[in-house]
Parts: sequence; C-alpha cells; structure tokens
Amino acid sequence: MADVTLNGVGKTYPNGFEAVKPSSFQITDGEFVVLVGPSGCGKSTLLRMVAGLEDITAGTLSIGTREVNDVDPADRDIAMVFQNYALYPHMTVRKNIGYGLKNRSVPTAEIEAKVQDAARMLNLTELLDRKPSQLSGGQRQRVAMGRAVVRDPALFLFDEPLSNLDAKLRNQMRIEIKALQRRLGVTSIYVTHDQVEAMTMADRIIVLNEGRIEQIGTPSEIYHNPASTFVASFMGAPPMNLIDARVENGSILVNGGTPVAPAASSAKGTVKLGVRPEDVVLGGDGTTPFDISIVEELGAHRLLHGELGGQPFTVHVGKEVDALTGQTMVQLNPEALRLFDVQTGKAL
Amino acid sequence: MAEISMTHTQTAAKPQRKRRRPIRFGTVVDHAVLIAGAALMVVPVLMALMSTSLPDTEILKNGVQFAVGDQMANNFHKAMVEKSGFTEAITGARMLTNSMILGVGFALGKIAISLIAAYAIVYFRLRFATLAFWMIFTTLLLPLEVRILPSYEAIQRLGLTNTYGGLIIPLIASATATFFFRQFFLSVPEELVEAARIDGAGPVKFFLDILVPLSRTMIAAIFIIMFVFGWNQYLWPTMITTDESMYTLVRGIRQILAVLEGGTIPEYGKALALAIVAMLPPVAIVVFFQNWFVKGLTESDK
Repeated sequence: MADVTLNGVGKTYPNGFEAVKPSSFQITDGEFVVLVGPSGCGKSTLLRMVAGLEDITAGTLSIGTREVNDVDPADRDIAMVFQNYALYPHMTVRKNIGYGLKNRSVPTAEIEAKVQDAARMLNLTELLDRKPSQLSGGQRQRVAMGRAVVRDPALFLFDEPLSNLDAKLRNQMRIEIKALQRRLGVTSIYVTHDQVEAMTMADRIIVLNEGRIEQIGTPSEIYHNPASTFVASFMGAPPMNLIDARVENGSILVNGGTPVAPAASSAKGTVKLGVRPEDVVLGGDGTTPFDISIVEELGAHRLLHGELGGQPFTVHVGKEVDALTGQTMVQLNPEALRLFDVQTGKAL
Repeated sequence: MAEISMTHTQTAAKPQRKRRRPIRFGTVVDHAVLIAGAALMVVPVLMALMSTSLPDTEILKNGVQFAVGDQMANNFHKAMVEKSGFTEAITGARMLTNSMILGVGFALGKIAISLIAAYAIVYFRLRFATLAFWMIFTTLLLPLEVRILPSYEAIQRLGLTNTYGGLIIPLIASATATFFFRQFFLSVPEELVEAARIDGAGPVKFFLDILVPLSRTMIAAIFIIMFVFGWNQYLWPTMITTDESMYTLVRGIRQILAVLEGGTIPEYGKALALAIVAMLPPVAIVVFFQNWFVKGLTESDK
C-alpha cells in the first residue's frame, strides 16, 4: 500500500518526440485512478514509466516514500496486468501465478498456499493445472489478475486489461476488478481508452491528450464540469453537444440571434456552448427550434439526432417521451450549460 | 430431380457403402509420379538389404541383386563386432558410437550456440546487432569446404585432431539455426518479456524458464535436421581423424571396400550391412520426432 507521486514526469524519445509532457499528480493510498485518452495520447507510456518498463527522461517518480526512477521493475513492488494477458504459454496456471514468487525465492510451501488463496479469490481453483491455451479469454484475464494479486504488491498497474474481451464479459470483469481492488485496498492505476470503463471504475480520472494532462477529477466532476472541449467531447456517450454561440447582453444566442438561455458567466463575444444531450427538455417552455432527422431507439431511452441552429445536435430522452422526426421546440437546462473559449478550448 | 432423389434413397438404403468419387485422370498421374518416386528411393535400399544375405563372392561375380542367401546374420554380425580397418582397431559398433557422438554433439552444439546468438541479437540493445546478424547470415555462403584448410590448421595446432572435440567444435556455428531462432524470438510478444521482468526474472532466468521452453518444438525440428546433417558428415571427419578408432560409420563403409587393392575379396556383405545400419538412426529420429518436426516448422503456441 502506498502513495504514488509524480513530479514533472515526462518522456522524450531519442528522436526528439515528446510522448509525455512533464506531468505532476499524486495518487493517495488505496485510490483507483484511471488514465484515459485517445490512442497515442501517452497514457500507456506514462503507465509503463511507472512500471519501470520505460525510462523516465524528466522529473521524479516516487512509490511510497522511495524515489524509484532508477529502480528495476522487479524491485518497485508493483504488479502489472497486460492487455494480451502475457501469460507464459508453457506453464500451468499454478506456475504462471507462482512464477514471480519463485523468482523471489519464496519457500515452495508458501508459494503453494498463496497461489491457492489467489485462485480461490478469483475462482480459478479448478483450473490450476491447465495451460493458458486451454482457457477462455475471461479465465486468462483472471489468471493475469491472479499473477498480480498473489504478490501482494504496493501498486497495481492495468494496461487496457479488458479490451480483448467481448462486451458482455467486459462489463462483468469491470465489476470484478473494481470489487477486488476495493477488497484488497491496493493503490491502482488503470489505463483505458474506453470512457465508460473510466467513468464506472475510477475514484479519480486523469484525462490525457497529446501527452498532456487535460483534467484530473472525479468521474462526476469530469462529466459535469469538463475543463476543455476535448474532455467534453471525449467523455460521455453520446458526447457533449458543442455548438458555436455568442454571448450578448447577458444571454446566449445561437444561429445569429436565437436566445437559448441567460448567460451565467461574464464571458463575452463568440464562444463554444456545451450541453449534455440529457440536459435538454423537449417541449415545455422551450423556445429553441430543434430539427430532428434521426431517432435512435435504444430501448430504455432514445437518442434524437438533428440540428440546432444549423449545427449537429443530439438529445437524449427517456423511453416515455415520444419523438418524431421534424421540428420541435426544446429548452436547454440553464444550469447545465458550459461555455468554452473558441481559441483555446478551455472552459470559461 | 429424379436423379437426386434416387441417389438419396440409395445412400439411405445402403449407408455402409461410401459414395465413390469418379477417379480423375489428374489424380492417377499424381499417384503414378509419387509411386515411381518412392520406388526409386526404396528399391536400392531393398537391393542392398537383400544383398547382405549373399556371400561376398556371389556379389563380386554378379553384383548386387534381388536374391536371398543365408549370410545375412553372419554379415551383420561381422559388420558390428568384427574388428576391421587397416590396423584392425575398430568394430562397427564403435563406428556407430562415434557417429552417434558426432551427430548428437553436432546437433546439440549447433542448437546451444545459435539459441544464445539469437537471444543476444534479439533481446539486447547491442551496437551493430543487425550488422552482426547479417554477418552471421552471410556465413551461409561459406560452408566448411571453403574454409577447410584454415580450419584444419587451427584444430591441428590446438592439438584436437583425433578427438571428438576436434570433430564437432569447428562445425557447430550455424547461420541457419541462428536465423530460425531469431525469427522465432522476434515473434514472441514483447509483453512476455515485460511480464517476466516484473516477475523478477533476470536475463538468464528469462532465457531458461521462458524462451527455451517456448522454443522446444523449434529446437526439436532443428535437432532433426542437424543430426542428420552431422551424421552424414564425411569430408571433415576424414580430414581430422587419422586414428581408426575414431572412424565414423560413413567413413568406415568406404574403408572396408578400400582393401580391394590388397588383392583380397572386398567384404561386400559387411559393407552393405554397415550401410543399412548407417541409415537407421536418421530414419528412426525422423520417424520418432515427426510430430514435433511438423509442429516446429508450422505452428507455435504463443
């Protein structure tokens, strides 16, 4: 169990490419932090630097009270779960789980006891004598988890561990991993490109883009108060609507004049207006015209795709709301509106 | 329509009789070629085997032939147990042992050296690793025959003539095997190395615990090829061994026939028996390792 502190940690490759810009944050003991971002945003590089598989070219990294920049991965007291599981194909499940302990000269009887414990925790007891090739994807994933758990490390690292599983299994494993982490109380860093995983599993989310930290916050903060248009459009499915607007005389106007709501902030001039699809009410006192062109039926709710003020716009309504294509009046929830700078994309 | 239903009822009525496919001309030709090829390979062996049962004088008079005599047991016994050669110092059994040592040592040596070479090239950040690899690879163009004089000189000065070491060591560098192992190692997922690093396996442990077991089918395949290759070595053993007790089977056969100049009748039966014996281990090893061989060259469980 340990805090993890990154102080200006960055990665520049020998060819000059800066994969991770100097980043600083602290992870408290027992916290589950998710690094999320599109592919190539540097999230895996950051994780691999924490693991020690990638050299740190700037800043310092501490696990617990110890600076580990130059410590070998084996001696950092970490365990990692890989995307393709990276099980040793020629070893049985038992040996796969126990290999790390064996290399640390743990007595055989103790290895066996720990492997049994880990196997029981992960429902692997019957599979201990199988080879990885005889296991299903979900079982392999659990073996990879077992290999991490059995060592009782200070820090778990997950590198997109669920992306090789089918959707149903992914949902199930998501809950299992989260529950296991809660039970063991081990500090965890989890990398994913899937914003649903990030939202559901994280205590705190770190959103990365182009090697830079865009925002750090709880899932709720990230969702409701995105720090930039990038975060707004990356988190949430469907993403936040972002439309061009103007602030004049204390109200927000779209489409060159239609007022949609009073402006709460002191911003002036041209802005990006962000509104979550579910923060829009159909009918009611609505005065903003919305042209619905496609109704997407999702059972529990419907997604209405169309145009608002001549710009693409999506509205999320419950199943009890009937919707037909064509023009209808909508009202944007004034409290849920977010304004962003047009140039920098930063929240105003 | 009628036809279809008829075939249907027929197959239903006689399920035990398989529906015959019409024999195609192409298939006949294919089989004819294959059978002819097989016969071409097998007939001389059969002829040699049958001739071992004939007395030497019969072979001298009429050549090898398809006939069965009563000398087979005697000839094999002579071939394996009776001392022969110019100094009367070696038996067939001893030659068989020598050949075994050469074949196995040659194959294992090649595997060990090339595994380690490929490991170094693929997994370590060496300067000029690619250059080193291509230099090893170009030695394919320089077989033993090209460098036989300098190699002989080196071995002679090291005092390794007439030893197993001298017989084996100059031959165990293998570009082919290094190449195969390199390609295999390159296909091993990077994450496996990383997982092992986090599990606390150093370079030696990773090599012995993970890489070598993963390569086992590959090792078996290369063992077969190299064993047969080593077993059939002729020129190098001829150069390096002058002591008859070091003779291998392949050389020994020739030695038996070489007494012709001496005015006695060459022991054809014995030579043929030795030739048959010399064929058996490579055949046995291929038959025994066949599954591994095919696996090693086609699939890999990663």
